[in-house]
Amino acid sequence: MNALVSEKELEPAGSSEPVAREELLRVDNVSLSFGGVKAITDISFDILKGEIRAIIGPNGAGKTSMLNVINGFYHPQHGTITWQGKVRRKMKPYEAASQGIARTFQNVALFKGMTTLDNIMSGRSLKMNKNFFWQLMWRGPAEREEIEHRKKVEDIIDFLEIQAIRKTPVGRLPYGLQKRVELGRALAMEPDLLLLDEPMAGMNLEEKEDMSRFILDVNQEFGTTIALIEHDMGVVMDLSDRVVVLDYGKKIADGAPEEVQANQNVIDAYLGVSH
Amino acid sequence: MFYREAGQFKTSYKADQALMPILQDRIGLSVILVVAFVIIPAFANDFFLTSIMIPFLVFSLAAIGLNILTGYCGQLSLGTGAFMGVGAYAAYKLTTMFPDANVILMVLLSGVFSAAIGAIFGLPSLRIKGLYLAVTTLAAQFFLEWCFIRIGWLYNYNASGAIEVPHREVFGIVASGAEATPIVRYFIVLCITAGIAFLMANVLRGRIGRAWMMIRDMDIAAELMGIRPLQTKLMAFAVSSYICGVAGAMMVFFWLNAAEPSSYSISLSFQILFMVILGGLGSLSGAFMGAAFIWILPVFLKFIPGTLGIEIAAETVEHVTFMIVGALIIFFLIVEPHGFARLWQIAKQKLRVWPFPY
Repeated sequence: MNALVSEKELEPAGSSEPVAREELLRVDNVSLSFGGVKAITDISFDILKGEIRAIIGPNGAGKTSMLNVINGFYHPQHGTITWQGKVRRKMKPYEAASQGIARTFQNVALFKGMTTLDNIMSGRSLKMNKNFFWQLMWRGPAEREEIEHRKKVEDIIDFLEIQAIRKTPVGRLPYGLQKRVELGRALAMEPDLLLLDEPMAGMNLEEKEDMSRFILDVNQEFGTTIALIEHDMGVVMDLSDRVVVLDYGKKIADGAPEEVQANQNVIDAYLGVSH
Repeated sequence: MFYREAGQFKTSYKADQALMPILQDRIGLSVILVVAFVIIPAFANDFFLTSIMIPFLVFSLAAIGLNILTGYCGQLSLGTGAFMGVGAYAAYKLTTMFPDANVILMVLLSGVFSAAIGAIFGLPSLRIKGLYLAVTTLAAQFFLEWCFIRIGWLYNYNASGAIEVPHREVFGIVASGAEATPIVRYFIVLCITAGIAFLMANVLRGRIGRAWMMIRDMDIAAELMGIRPLQTKLMAFAVSSYICGVAGAMMVFFWLNAAEPSSYSISLSFQILFMVILGGLGSLSGAFMGAAFIWILPVFLKFIPGTLGIEIAAETVEHVTFMIVGALIIFFLIVEPHGFARLWQIAKQKLRVWPFPY
């Protein structure tokens, strides 16, 4: 793993005291609507460097829309997004990717016709630049570049313990492994911010435990900031540093897991109240 | 048992990423190359070269071109015939403008023109997908065919409206025109096809090939991972059209000697598309297998009654051939919708564990 770790600044080991961490991303008064449907209304929150930030809420609360706004897939009608201290202009998803935002999807969005190895290699696309004519020749620069990135990818394969399925087309893998390959593909981008859209949906307990461990390891070993959407409250409360709760496109709570758990609005949103 | 990679350990990524990591594959390819470069030229007669091998190689190259676009990048196209035509007319114009230039270079250069035109007609692919895109490429087919008929400049205002390949020599050997010998034509076509197939194999295993497959398999995820959709798709259109253009130019220069606009009609597009689908989308070897099936099989079927001494009228043979080939296409698509390339993979898997079932 050393090759990967060295490129990221490691969090000092055992720094449980949150010493005024730097802001990585800040969302201010963002509103998004599709015609008359208001998906997100006036939401503001921030994501600090190196933390695990959970976004939770009942179905249809606007969580996935929020992720889509962050990685440039949707453009909000109002509000600003500040990325690493700079207000971000309207951008395309591939521009967000090149700035260091990676994500996984709620419904696995792997490249089905490609092998595990190729899927994870595809995460390196932005970091490879040898042009068409070098690719035609292969021998020389293109091959060297490929090998250099293959080493990084093999580190990720080792980290996720998927050596055995390296050359298997991902369409043939069971669901849990597909989710893991998808995490690997996002990690291969060496992102500053990793967005995970329900990384544990549809998994059994053991797979959830594995995935939780990987998420914590990614956060601690590589220092990657993580924003995750998840419905399993046990997982959310254990993994995350801070939680933001959405309901009907509005933010109803924001804070440490224990605070959020005790918040009356959150309890009402999840259990329902008679109005 | 026959096809087992046991004991072939890879100790470097370089070896693991080789085009053919398995020894048996390398032996197989060497055998095919020896047959193509030594045995066929040594023993084949003129008929076999001109009617079977040269068209087979030309169609294989066109199928590779379409396979890049449809099989690897997922963009359905019905304009292949027209893009081949652009190559043919461009090569004709080039060689009549520069009669002293090397005709093989002119053929390779002609692909650049069809690449440019292919990229222009690829522009709608940013917004349109699947069958709808196929219809916009159909527009390319009709528009370009119209150009071949109406723009006299393209065929030098010939009275016949057709392009006729002039006599050209390369290093003192007649390379094109009616006097060129089949063996020379065969070698030119073979070298170009094999060369382009090899270069494409390189591109497809690297960054650009992966980008195309990412767009094919999940375009939204590809975009979120930093792939620029328009650039990538247009590149696939350009590369694909370049190859089709070269194939089209070879078709008239080294096979037919003359061509009229109807040679590059929609039926040619469909023929190439069937080769790609039958051979296997997303497989280079599939392009060769598909071309062999669609081109070589009917030629052989037509010879069967004659060699068996059965007296049937020529038209009847023709019709029966159509029916048999049609039935076989349906049969193979039912057996394996992913084409011959997948059948071959399954066969290899069986060979690996033979004589045991698994």
